[in-house]
Amino acid sequence: MSNPMTQTPANTGTMMVKGVVALIAALLLFAPFLFQDTRSLEVAARICIFIVLVASFDLLIGYTGIVSFAHTMFFGFGAYGAAILLKQMGPGWTPVILGALAGVGVSLVFAVVIGLLSLRVKAIFFAMITLAAASVVLVLASQLSHITGGEDGIIYKSPDLFKTATKLAVDEDGKVLRLWGVRLNGKLAAYYFVFATSLILFLAMLRFVGSPFGTVLKAIRENEARAEAIGYRVVAYRTAVFCLSAAIASLAGTVYAVWLKYTGPDTALSFSIMIDILLMVVIGGMGTMWGAVIGAVLMILAQYYLRDLMGAAAEATANIPILPQLLAPDRWLFWLGIIFILLVYFFPKGIAGTAMERGAAKGGGA
Amino acid sequence: MSLLSIRNMKTSIGQYAVLHDVTFDVPEGGVFVLLGRNGAGKTTTLRSIMGLWSPSPGSVTFRGQDITGMHTADIARLGIAYVPENMGIFGTLTVDENLILATANGKFDKARLARIHELFPALERFRDKQAWSLSGGQKQMLSVARAIIEPRSLILIDEPTKGLAPSIVAAMAEAFREISRTTTILLVEQNFNFAKSLGRDMAVIDDGRVAHAGTMADFAADLDLQDRLLSLSV
Repeated sequence: MSNPMTQTPANTGTMMVKGVVALIAALLLFAPFLFQDTRSLEVAARICIFIVLVASFDLLIGYTGIVSFAHTMFFGFGAYGAAILLKQMGPGWTPVILGALAGVGVSLVFAVVIGLLSLRVKAIFFAMITLAAASVVLVLASQLSHITGGEDGIIYKSPDLFKTATKLAVDEDGKVLRLWGVRLNGKLAAYYFVFATSLILFLAMLRFVGSPFGTVLKAIRENEARAEAIGYRVVAYRTAVFCLSAAIASLAGTVYAVWLKYTGPDTALSFSIMIDILLMVVIGGMGTMWGAVIGAVLMILAQYYLRDLMGAAAEATANIPILPQLLAPDRWLFWLGIIFILLVYFFPKGIAGTAMERGAAKGGGA
Repeated sequence: MSLLSIRNMKTSIGQYAVLHDVTFDVPEGGVFVLLGRNGAGKTTTLRSIMGLWSPSPGSVTFRGQDITGMHTADIARLGIAYVPENMGIFGTLTVDENLILATANGKFDKARLARIHELFPALERFRDKQAWSLSGGQKQMLSVARAIIEPRSLILIDEPTKGLAPSIVAAMAEAFREISRTTTILLVEQNFNFAKSLGRDMAVIDDGRVAHAGTMADFAADLDLQDRLLSLSV
């Protein structure tokens, strides 16, 4: 017999969203072969990591109704954990593993303390406390320059396997082997390290939200008092999910640090990352997990390619009055804002959320 | 010994004192009915028992254990289930998910589930449907089913017939009769005929105080008392 906890009514909206996510997963899997330039690989890796980061944030905001502004703080702990140890100990797997463990450990301590102290208060106070904690950590990262590199951050080397010069396979002449025109070198290994760890973390979260624990979270999100009245301690569950979310964000930070070979306040702790995460989760749809994938892909593609797209559009419309000025690449943030407003207007529950809801409504009730 | 004893319970919501002095005993077995006019304090009494509002002063004792001030979740784990007035289901979860949430270990006792499906066949038919899509009566059935998916000592049920069609009310009465053979029910009800058909013992709350307590048979026979306490014409 199937597990009733994992059963959800299938609908066309859900099928469509899952189809899109499967397509994105396939594109990411073959990204090094499909888009053979450094920038595209950078975008693909960033998408992988942000899918995990946004999905872990969705565990909080979408599945439990907790608004936290400290998510980049946990991301930063993971990134700085690996970065500091890679710098101190040199390239290797030991500093990566120890850095990941340290990042997760510090994140858990912060999450438990913040959670137990403030998850019983009103949501707005919790949000303010997380904002304050994240601000303090950002300032500390900038001030403690002898450890964190201050505003300049830390540059280090990733494990030898991920060096561009590393040959994963060689041909008869001893040169790096090419598969479909792509060099099988350390850069490719680094990308698949990012892809595989992101996939594992995302699948783990998917499994988690489908588990009985995930169902309790959904119940808490819907009505705390009802959940307590059937025997669930809301604060304990909220603290647990806050810890889980923090640990996953921290691991995503470690993976990003290994990929980027640089960690600084701008790449790991800044509030602009927090805003990006919020936008991605809103665009994709809260409480769906699939929404994190769609939101992260759209937002990152817009951040990297909207400017190019607008440049091409401005050129194509050069003979039309006003339009080239409106489409000037420098105005990309303005158009990104317009797109965001339109998305929120037409997809009030995010793209995945709205599509799944409409599909469920068409499917009919009892 | 009573299953549940409430002594001098006073509950305030914000600045407003809703319960002034509520004292009554619920004996083990059968249906105990709490009657009263709108706003008399019946729902507040149930919520105070569940720890959703803290009575101060006053005490709530369950099987001899003082549960005053205990956390709601801990009270629920003692074997007290609560079926709130507004049905209290989780609309975004499926029927089965709603039920399994209330199980002790996340697994169904197949025999109990089969009994529930026998009592409320709609819940078997729509077990994979999200609860928001159920009709009002089906939502009420789900709410009651969730209370009995595990063995309980006491079920607090708040106005289960409110807004339901007569056929559903009759089915609900039959279900409560069946449940009360093994579990004590503390029922808050405005529909006096429904309450009369089920109740063995009863109390009337008026303006936050217990105005009368006794057997349902005696109360049903005393039309003057009914008229005075409930303003009912039966």
